[in-house]
This record gives sequence, structure tokens and C-alpha cells, in this order.
Amino acid sequence: MNPHRRAPLVLVMTVLVYFFLYAPIFVLITYSFNSSKTNIMFEGIITQIGPTKLVDGNVVQSPCGPFHWFCELAKNAEVINAAKNTLTIAFISTICATIIGTLAALALQRYNFWLKPFSEISLYIPIVIPEIVMGIGILTLFSQVFGFLNSSLGLTGNTRLALGLGTVILSHITFSVPFVALVVRARLSGFDQSFEEAAMDLGANELVTFWRVTLPMLLPGVLSGALMAFTLSLDDFVITFFTNGPGSTTLPIYVYGLLRRIITPQVNALSTVWILVVFTAVLLLQWLQNRESKA
Amino acid sequence: MLRKLRESKPLQGTLLIAPTLIFMVGLLIIPLMLTAVVSFGKRNSDGGVIYTLTLDNYTRLAGFSTNCDSGAASCFDPLYVNILGRSLTLALQTTIFVILMAYPLAYFIARSSPKRRNTFLFMVLVPLWTNFVIRVYAWMMILRTQGVLNGLLGAIAGVLHIPFAPLDMLYTPGAVLVGMIYEFLPFMILPIFTSLEKIDNSLFEAAADLGANPIRTFFKVTLPLSMPGVIAGTILVFIPVMGTFIVSDILGGRQVILVGNLIQRQFLDARDPTFGSAASLILMVMTLIVTYFYTRKFGFGEEIIAV
Repeated sequence: MNPHRRAPLVLVMTVLVYFFLYAPIFVLITYSFNSSKTNIMFEGIITQIGPTKLVDGNVVQSPCGPFHWFCELAKNAEVINAAKNTLTIAFISTICATIIGTLAALALQRYNFWLKPFSEISLYIPIVIPEIVMGIGILTLFSQVFGFLNSSLGLTGNTRLALGLGTVILSHITFSVPFVALVVRARLSGFDQSFEEAAMDLGANELVTFWRVTLPMLLPGVLSGALMAFTLSLDDFVITFFTNGPGSTTLPIYVYGLLRRIITPQVNALSTVWILVVFTAVLLLQWLQNRESKA
Repeated sequence: MLRKLRESKPLQGTLLIAPTLIFMVGLLIIPLMLTAVVSFGKRNSDGGVIYTLTLDNYTRLAGFSTNCDSGAASCFDPLYVNILGRSLTLALQTTIFVILMAYPLAYFIARSSPKRRNTFLFMVLVPLWTNFVIRVYAWMMILRTQGVLNGLLGAIAGVLHIPFAPLDMLYTPGAVLVGMIYEFLPFMILPIFTSLEKIDNSLFEAAADLGANPIRTFFKVTLPLSMPGVIAGTILVFIPVMGTFIVSDILGGRQVILVGNLIQRQFLDARDPTFGSAASLILMVMTLIVTYFYTRKFGFGEEIIAV
């Protein structure tokens, strides 16, 4: 697009929208240093370092100084457990969804088969139906199937099938696959097949060609698909809400639970850590991409 | 067998798509069909499902009570119809506001130099990547009666010597609208940017050469060519807003009940999965109808994966 002319109205709107996007984040981060335990008003930061001391419900002294709530967070076993669950779910579902979605993209772009129209439609379903519809559908399925299996196989106690990490991972794979398939397929459609033909002419069989030619060329698409699956999984609330069970609480679910009770600045500290981690991860990725495009 | 696989292209394709189909059929299509079946059922006393073929849940949604004398005037209660209407209105409002805010920003980014472009895009991504639930919480802190915005307004009023009483902003429909706009704004910026970026510079030069002023150029060239982005963005905003229940739950309290809240409560508090399934099915049909008519003209662009 033309880089030269800029209407003043556009500039004003841009500044305002960026402000709108960042003001809440700034508030979140500031309040994670709040000395007020109730966290309703900002009572200033914790300045003194030493054993924890409270005055009128405000923390005035802490072994961690201004980072009091971050230390509390690190000691919170529920948070650590939820973080573990979140990452476990995200990693496993990303790996599975990336493989399955890449295969689907190859099938849809390169092959003709009678299930193709049906497959294409089914991949659009998660995009065009609200998440809650999918969430309660999966919940109904699992509860009916588990109920049936538990009673017919006579499972009791710990051997009973129940909602947990497994059901969350399966659901996350389901909503990630279509996005991976779309991204990889977009990459495949602008693909020069002459490299593969050359490899075959030079005597490589299909598998060798795939490993040494197709996959390396496809890799950027596969990686951005994987990245998308990973973020979708990390961010997901609705589907996890309906498919998790005791012991498989993720960070979003945990935070949601807190929001309905008392909120200390610990939630803000958690948000700050989350934002910093994401920020670093995105910066790192950008840097990697830039390096790759320069090379 | 193996030889047959090597020779048959359709067989290879089917094999490659098989894992996807297992997930799509097993955890998407079958659950949706099950939801439909359950919605025609009755609940039993412990929140289970008795499979019958009754339209009770749908007549209840439409506002007609099932245990009601025929012809009684008070039989019709549009409670659920209102909830559906409110959700639809809110989703439309959110979409319109989001387009109005996202378009100038996307336009600005598309017109900046390629080097700065990445930085500006990155700045859109960072808020998007902070967690969905955390973003709602931020607005809870801002809109509370003793929150940041009231504090700021109070300070301004103090400087201007105007009497000021804190406003009750949290737990209002306005709070839910602001929260929805904030949650979904990036999902509109990125697709619009993608479609604006694709527009060939020479088209603007041609328009200028032919005597069109910037405003005319915008309405005759830029806007029509960026429509695929707006359409994709609308899909990405409208559908999730229709089904989200966290924003209304946290920023609306018990004041703003959307169809998402209705469904969630049927599954958790009220323990009536049959009624919840019926509401869920109606929600799905509503979004599919809107999406169908909306995309019929333009189709899905690849902008849908811009995020």
C-alpha cells in the first residue's frame, strides 16, 4: 500500500486504539505490586524488605519487597499444578494436532478421494460454531460414554473413567487440527512441485522425497500451524471448562475460579508473569523469523 | 495390499485424512448429533437424560410453558427469547464497534513502512496473547466502583472542583460490551490488515490519475478491496461473542444473561442438559444462518487464518 499519505483522523484513531489495547495491561501489571491485600484500591508498592508485616490489611514489609505477590505465587501449589497442567495439555495437543493437521493438508491439497468434500466441510465446523456448542457436545458424549462403560464394565473407585487431562487433550486436538490444516494448506497451495519432481527424477522414492524435499519446504507453514495450535490451547477457556475434571485444572480455569471469590494481587502477579512469558516468546519467535528470512 | 496402496492415489489420500476424520467425526459431528438427540429428551431427577421425542425444551425456549392451562394469558413468557435477542444484539453491536476501531488501525499499519509494520503488528499481538480470562479481569479492575476509571474521573473532577460520585459501571450491559470489544478487537485488526496489505499500489495511483480525491479513492478502491478482511474478521468476532459466557459472567454479574450463560447454567447449576442442549442447538443454528448469509456473497478468504 501507499506508504506516503496519512489522514490525521487515522493517526488519532490509531493512538486511541493502541491506548485502549494497552491501558488494561498497564493496570494489571501495576496492581501486581499493590500493598493492599484486598486489591480494590492501589495503596502504593511494598517498600520494606524483611519478615512479612501487615498494617490495616496492607502489606508494608515482605521478604521479597515489592515482589511480595510474586513470591506468594511461587509458593502457591495450586498455581504451580495448574501451570503444569496447562503446559502438558498445550504441548501434547500441539504435537498431535500438528501431525494430524499437516497430513490432512497434504491429503486435501494433493489427492482426490470420495471423502474429500465431507472432510473439507467438517474442518470448517469448529470455525463457524461457537465454542460452547462444541464444549457441551463433547461433555455430553464423554459423560454418556463413560457412564455406559463404567456401569457395564463395573468400574469403581480409581479405575472409573472420568473427565481429566486426557479428555481435555483430546478436545484441544479437535479444535486445533482445522487451524493447522488451513495454515499448512495455504502454504502448500503456493508450492512449486518441480523440486519434488526433480528429486524423483534423480531416483529418490516417495518417502525420501517427502523427508528431504517436501517437509523442509513445508516447515515454516507447519511451524506457524503448530504455534497457532499452541496459543489456541494455552488460551482456551470454554472447552477446557466443560471437559476438565478434578486434578486437571488449567491456569485460565484457576483464574476464573478466583475471580468469583476474593482476589488478592496474586492474580495480578500471575497475569504479569504470563504477559512477560508471552512477550518474550513472541519476541524470540520474531527474532528467529527475521534471522531465517535474512539467511 | 501394500502394492495396492502404492498405486492407488485415492487410497493414500484417504489414509492421510483418516486421523483428522476420526477426530472430526468422533469429537465434533457425533457430539453435535448427540446434542440434538438430547435436546428432544427429558431430564430425570438426578440431572440425567431420558431419551424421548418431545419438543418440550423448544416450546419452553420459545416462551410457552408446558404445564400451563391452554388459553391462559400468562402462559407466554418471553424470558428465553429475550436472552437470545440480547445475545444477538450484543454480538452485532460488538462487531460494529470493533470494525470501526480496527479499520483505522489496520489501515495505519498497512500504510507504514515494512520495517515498522512488524513492530505495529507485534503490538497488536501482545494483548491478544495475554490470556482471555486475564483480560476480562483487567476490565473488572478498571470498571469497579472503587476502580481505576472512577479514581481517574474523581481526580479530574477534584482538579476542576466539580462534585463527583463514583459511577456504577461494573455489572452493566455497557461493561459487557466494552469487555467484548476488548477481547475480540485484535481478531478484526489482523484480517483487515492482511487484505489491505494485498492491495496493489498502482490502483491508488490509477485512481489519483483519473482524478479521484482521497475520500473517493477510499470508498471506491480501498474499502471494496478490503471487504474479504472485514468479512473474515466479522466471522472471527461475531461467532465467539454469541457463545461466550465469561465476559458477561464477570463484567455483567447477574444483570446481563446471555445465551452462553443460559447454556452453562443448565449444565452446571440447573442440571438440565436437555434444555441446555436445545438452547445450544438454537445458538448454533442462529450463528450458522448469519454466517451463511454473510459469506454467501464473499466466501471465506484466506484472511480467516491471519490471526
